[in-house]
Amino acid sequence: MARKLLLGNINVPGIHTFDVYRQHGGYRAVEKALKTMTPDAVVEEVKTSGLRGRGGAGFPTGMKWSFLAKPEGRERYLVCNADESEPGTFKDRYLMTHIPHLLIEGMIVSSFALGAKTSYIYVRGEMMPQIRILERAIAEAKNAGFLGKNILGSGYDLELYVQPGGGAYICGEETALIESLEGKRGNPRIKPPFPAISGVWACPTVVNNVETIAAVVPIINDGGEEYAKVGNGRSTGTKLISASGNLNKPGVYEIELGLPVEEFIYSEEYCGGIANGKRLKAVVAGGSSVPILPANLILKTINGQPRLMSYESLSDGGFQTGSMLGSGGFIAFDEDQCIVRNTWNFARFYHHESCGQCSPCREGTGWMEKVLHNLENGHGKMSDIDLLVDVSKKIEGNTICPLGDAAAWPVASAIRHFRDEFEWHITNSKTAMEQNYGLANYADPLPKLEEAIQN
Amino acid sequence: MLSVTEHKEIEFSANLISKFEEIVTRYPEGKQKSALLPVLHLVQAEYGWISPEAMDKIAAFLQIQAIEVYEVATFYTMFFMRPQGKFVLEVCRTGPCCLVGAEKIMHHIEKTLGVKEGEVTADGNFSWRGVECLAACGMAPVLQIGPEYTFYENLTEDSVDKLIENLKNKI
Ligand SMILES: Cc1cc2nc3c(=O)[nH]c(=O)nc-3n(C[C@H](O)[C@H](O)[C@H](O)COP(=O)(O)O)c2cc1C
Ligand code: SF4
Ligand code: FES
Repeated sequence: MARKLLLGNINVPGIHTFDVYRQHGGYRAVEKALKTMTPDAVVEEVKTSGLRGRGGAGFPTGMKWSFLAKPEGRERYLVCNADESEPGTFKDRYLMTHIPHLLIEGMIVSSFALGAKTSYIYVRGEMMPQIRILERAIAEAKNAGFLGKNILGSGYDLELYVQPGGGAYICGEETALIESLEGKRGNPRIKPPFPAISGVWACPTVVNNVETIAAVVPIINDGGEEYAKVGNGRSTGTKLISASGNLNKPGVYEIELGLPVEEFIYSEEYCGGIANGKRLKAVVAGGSSVPILPANLILKTINGQPRLMSYESLSDGGFQTGSMLGSGGFIAFDEDQCIVRNTWNFARFYHHESCGQCSPCREGTGWMEKVLHNLENGHGKMSDIDLLVDVSKKIEGNTICPLGDAAAWPVASAIRHFRDEFEWHITNSKTAMEQNYGLANYADPLPKLEEAIQN
Repeated sequence: MLSVTEHKEIEFSANLISKFEEIVTRYPEGKQKSALLPVLHLVQAEYGWISPEAMDKIAAFLQIQAIEVYEVATFYTMFFMRPQGKFVLEVCRTGPCCLVGAEKIMHHIEKTLGVKEGEVTADGNFSWRGVECLAACGMAPVLQIGPEYTFYENLTEDSVDKLIENLKNKI
């Protein structure tokens, strides 16, 4: 069994309550940090751990914390990003539902490290049940003296609030989230200035994902060095993976970074293989925004190395033959799934969720959706394929926030790896309405890809 | 219940106002605009949708311009700008759910309720719509029902039938 640093106690009955959580070693990290450490020492420990942001971008957390401006007489804020809207991602919901005090404990320690006296957990509005769970947990923690004035006699004060969103994927982007927390539309801000200098109400702000904040707890309990021993290379620690799609056992799994993808998909400890005895066609490994990979390329890199669940291994090969760990939203497609239909579905998602501020994103996502819709419904032209690639290139890198890239990559990668399926949809439009392309020749496209790269 | 004009004389209850007041204390002095989203949720939970009159009242309470409320309420997908059915079934329509049959579930709901997406049944009891990923893709297909946002997971046509029956009994 792999080490569990976050979910080890998830099956303990009553672990969502303060008392049971406390009996199982909960809030030790708060005691340790507030009674025996300085805020800077906590930041150092997080740096040592090598922890990288679990929200998608994988930026080193300790480094991000050390960028926080500390002007005299100004408040600083920690905002937890619990917007969790990236398709394929549901780990934060799971953590907050079953072990909410882990997040509260992480928020207290992290707020202390950053010198925040008021912190917010921004939860997507659809998660009303989780909002109530967190509010109850906060009340319990406050009752026990872990929140409020002079926590544990340390002289440190902290208030923690839960803020609901209103149903908008874009509010997961950190500057849109800040706007939303200020009671505005979720329009991302132009950076710089970065939130570390000017965030919520123009005060220095750190935004971190739920899982990132939760990971601070084992880091403080066991030390950053211990944490860094888990995992693989620069991918230290454990990661929550949300597994969905055509798997025997979809769900949330805590893995040690560096676990082979093959083991994750096929072993009984994790997903237990592809559902209904079918074969694997493709995987989106890090939430809908990252490039899709055909089965063979998710299992092995282009060099024939086993692909591992780590930041480095999943991005091995760049966008030609690799992808990204992203948020850890692992979506498996079986041999009966239609790549064109899924690509259209994702394109529609990004069009729907674009905030509309930049023309390449606002117009480009709509265009891609329309072209893909035509293609999926039997009205495609061969030139549409290159048109899609062209539009995606014009969005990529030309927008205020990364949603533009996130919309471009799924389309570009689907065409890169499954071009023949797109072509088949066009040349066999009638058949394509009734049946799917199937596994076709993706069972072994490696040699083909090698050719493609040589060209 | 479905008439827009009936809302003209809207008056927030003392209970609702006291909830608004508590929310405002969560932010620094002068930053009460931050209460807007939580307040909109409370208003929608009370009335089932957000009427123009309700938005004007909210603006007055938060001491902001009415336009600041309109632009926010219309930006976020959770807020209904028109009256809905008493129960709104919101089915996830995004990729991962579609891999395991979300589209079939939506067709089934459409057939069972006899109304198109976004429309309300003649008795005013039900409406439904597709929504984007609800962060429950491992339990797909899924739907939620406000204002509690109760979750129904691993849906089948049978479980949807039972759910609709149960809801009918609650009316
Ligand atoms: C369109 C978009 C959506 C995002 N959604 C989320 C989200 O739901 N949750 C999250 O933690 N980060 C999300 N992010 C990443 C955040 O902008 C930010 O990088 C993250 O919250 C930082 O926290 P971390 O360093 O702990 O990962 C999103 C980014 C973009 C561009
Ligand atoms: S890239 Fe898209 S979502 Fe991001 S700011 Fe521009 S229009 Fe808005
Ligand atoms: S795709 Fe339906 S819950 Fe995520």
